[in-house]
Amino acid sequence: MASAFVPLRVNGKARAAPAPVKKDAPVERDARPAPIPAVKAAKIKSAQVKAKAPAAKPAAAKAAPRIAAPKAALPKAAAGVHKPVAFDEMTSFAGSGPVTPEKVREVYRVFAEWQATVPAKEFERKRKEAELLFRRLGITFLVYGKESSTERLIPFDVIPRIFTADEWQIIHDGCCQRVRAINAFLHDIYHNQDILQAGRIPAEEVLINPQYRPEMQGLDVPGGVYVHIAGLDLVRTGERDFYVLEDNLRTPSGVSYMLENRNVMMRLFPDLFSAHKVAPVDNYPAHMLESLRGLAPGVSNPTVVLLSPGAYNSAYFEHVFLADQMGIDVVEGQDLFVKNGHVFMRTTKGPQQVDVIYRRVDDDFLDPLAFHRDSMLGVPGLLAAYRAGNVTLANAIGTGVADDKSMYVHVPEMVRFYLGEEPKLSNVPTYVLRDDKDRAYVLDNLDKLVVKEVHGSGGYGMLVGPAATTKERQDFAKRILANPGNYIAQPTLALSTCPTFVAKGIAPRHVDFRPFVITGKTQTLVPGGLTRVALIKDSLVVNSSQGGGTKDTWILEA
Amino acid sequence: MLGRSANHLYWMSRYIERAENTARILEISQRMALLPHVAKKGASEWQAVLEIAGDVEEYKKRFGDITAAKVTAYLTLDRENPSSIWSTIRAARENAHAERVSITSEMWESLNATWLEVKDLTPDMLGKNGQRDFFDWIKERSHLFRGITFGTMLRDEAYNFGRLGTFVERADNVARILDVKYHVLLPSPTDVGGVIDNFQWGALLRSVSGFRAYHRVYHDTIEPSRVTELLILNDSMPRSLHSCLDATVSLLGMLSDDKPTEAARLAGEVHASLHYGKIGDIFRTGLHEFLTVFLARNNALSAEIQNSFHLAA
Repeated sequence: MASAFVPLRVNGKARAAPAPVKKDAPVERDARPAPIPAVKAAKIKSAQVKAKAPAAKPAAAKAAPRIAAPKAALPKAAAGVHKPVAFDEMTSFAGSGPVTPEKVREVYRVFAEWQATVPAKEFERKRKEAELLFRRLGITFLVYGKESSTERLIPFDVIPRIFTADEWQIIHDGCCQRVRAINAFLHDIYHNQDILQAGRIPAEEVLINPQYRPEMQGLDVPGGVYVHIAGLDLVRTGERDFYVLEDNLRTPSGVSYMLENRNVMMRLFPDLFSAHKVAPVDNYPAHMLESLRGLAPGVSNPTVVLLSPGAYNSAYFEHVFLADQMGIDVVEGQDLFVKNGHVFMRTTKGPQQVDVIYRRVDDDFLDPLAFHRDSMLGVPGLLAAYRAGNVTLANAIGTGVADDKSMYVHVPEMVRFYLGEEPKLSNVPTYVLRDDKDRAYVLDNLDKLVVKEVHGSGGYGMLVGPAATTKERQDFAKRILANPGNYIAQPTLALSTCPTFVAKGIAPRHVDFRPFVITGKTQTLVPGGLTRVALIKDSLVVNSSQGGGTKDTWILEA
Repeated sequence: MLGRSANHLYWMSRYIERAENTARILEISQRMALLPHVAKKGASEWQAVLEIAGDVEEYKKRFGDITAAKVTAYLTLDRENPSSIWSTIRAARENAHAERVSITSEMWESLNATWLEVKDLTPDMLGKNGQRDFFDWIKERSHLFRGITFGTMLRDEAYNFGRLGTFVERADNVARILDVKYHVLLPSPTDVGGVIDNFQWGALLRSVSGFRAYHRVYHDTIEPSRVTELLILNDSMPRSLHSCLDATVSLLGMLSDDKPTEAARLAGEVHASLHYGKIGDIFRTGLHEFLTVFLARNNALSAEIQNSFHLAA
């Protein structure tokens, strides 16, 4: 890059002063909308909601799908009626009528009692106060416009989502197990490929996957850790029923919201806080730094940096925030260079060796010599230094092969194969349209399913069956038949709801949950995560780009 | 620290200082324009302002003739002029945004708040009297930011690079004000010493907060040679060239751990000419010539700072 700034005036002449703009900075992959779309027709009226939804096995299916019946029956749309009945975090399946004390689950009892004493006006006041705090702290994300980008706040909901210690244990154990298996899988496919040879996963699905990086073949990464930071998207459908919707294994974001939401909540509601025993999340950055330092390539006092695409990346706030919390530098590609197989950063006192890079730049942009040649975000020669074992990258290159939608269906099999255990967390049943039986079932039931492209993101190339017209479904069926391998299908899940403060007061809104698993020499799951909430009534889209907000998530200590 | 970070902080400070000085220049020019004999030759007065703080050619292309209203609009809220107060505040804020790890949250919040205020301002919102308020406000925000920096920031490299930017920019701006104003103020030797002239030198002093300082130092009527002495050679005067170079030399010493760098040598050379210089000698060689050399060396120093400390990749 040219120097960022030039003096405006040299000998009285003014010159333009370009800011260090890099508008080509790609949005991190993670910024996809939540994969489950809204079910338009789902208007839940208390009269229609009796109790737990009937077990909705696709009994009417002409061809039995390949999927094993899920552990618990999914309370998805009952045959012919597309009105998912959602589990409510506060009232279980009691329905959406007025919340009476006897409906309230034990974990929300203290909250409900407290809430009863707080007038709605007070919630509005707190909401405004929170917004002010977030704006002052500058916790914003960038939205790109035609001429300039603007900074927006992700709406913050002041009502916490609360888990019991038992529920957390399920999530904790399930996520740790899953990430262990994924790390073993990545090591395997970049070494002996036992799982492919055993025929447990079709080899072609891995080897021709664009996210599979031949450059990683045979490379031993420190500690065998590929995914240092994983963000797993979970949804809940019942008392003890959690499903993994997606594994984010590349550069997952959102952890800064977990930490800042907590700070803001403690400031807004100290009394509510002291009435609960909420497990702390503050030590996340310390765990992360420990994990990063622990996997440095044989240096006693390693230099750790965070590699960011720069100030114009939508998640830049998070990069700065995390680096600040860990006491490390935020660098951009232009700040690093490779010499004699080692990575250095340009400091005011000359080059300084860098040992660990927590990178928030996608594989494709990491090294213009190895990947996208026109990338301005990367460091020429970084891959060579990495392969020489002179620098640790977190996450490793090539983890994307384990987190796309076609590989997702195989994760339970990875758990069985590498760990010899049964998966503690289930996948959402997924129909792979490459498979004849699955395809036949899906084509017969398009009105009940969501069909997605395997490599698609951003909500494009997707069919939301229940919301689509007959014509749309017919057209989509043709596209599926033209290239079945490009699609998967899932039932429209009823994500759990959580009380949320909206214009009309407190009402249930659908939520998901993203905990973050840190893997270093040991595995850590800080008790908390990011709860995303769809603020629009009945919407299942929790993504911030489509009106989603966030909540603080409390894990109560036993 | 990262060279790029140091660069951001250096320029953040330069831009804030520049915004403040542009406000000072405009404020004083408006005040002077109220004098009948200056109003007569109004165009050359405002041309001088353009020479200090903008780009005369670019201005003429866009606006044609030089008038007080147009020049003021061009230097305050013009979105396209990279030297306008609007643009420099934005540039300062963009630099700060990129370095939120290196500065304190109070610094960021203050500068961000300034930007949010300036961002949507339009000339009609300032109005005729509002302009003076606006200039005062800009000066205040600059003072506030400096105060917050002083009161909250760790005394580390980041702090020193920010300070360095302040003094390099201030030296440049003060030298420009002196150079251009001197010519306007001294159209012919016979004018010297008149009442109007006195007022104008007073106005010049006020524009750099030096009016009271002058009286405390000289206890006498305002004379051009003393004004220039105060603003060039007096090391107790915080906006004098000598003061700026004192600070620059000391900062460069700290930043290079007292190892020899070309930047430190250059700064030392300029500093020596101010430290040991006499105002009589400066006038004998010519004030304009002296200031031209000074501005060139100050620019060279800035380039060398970027070079010696790897500020630009």
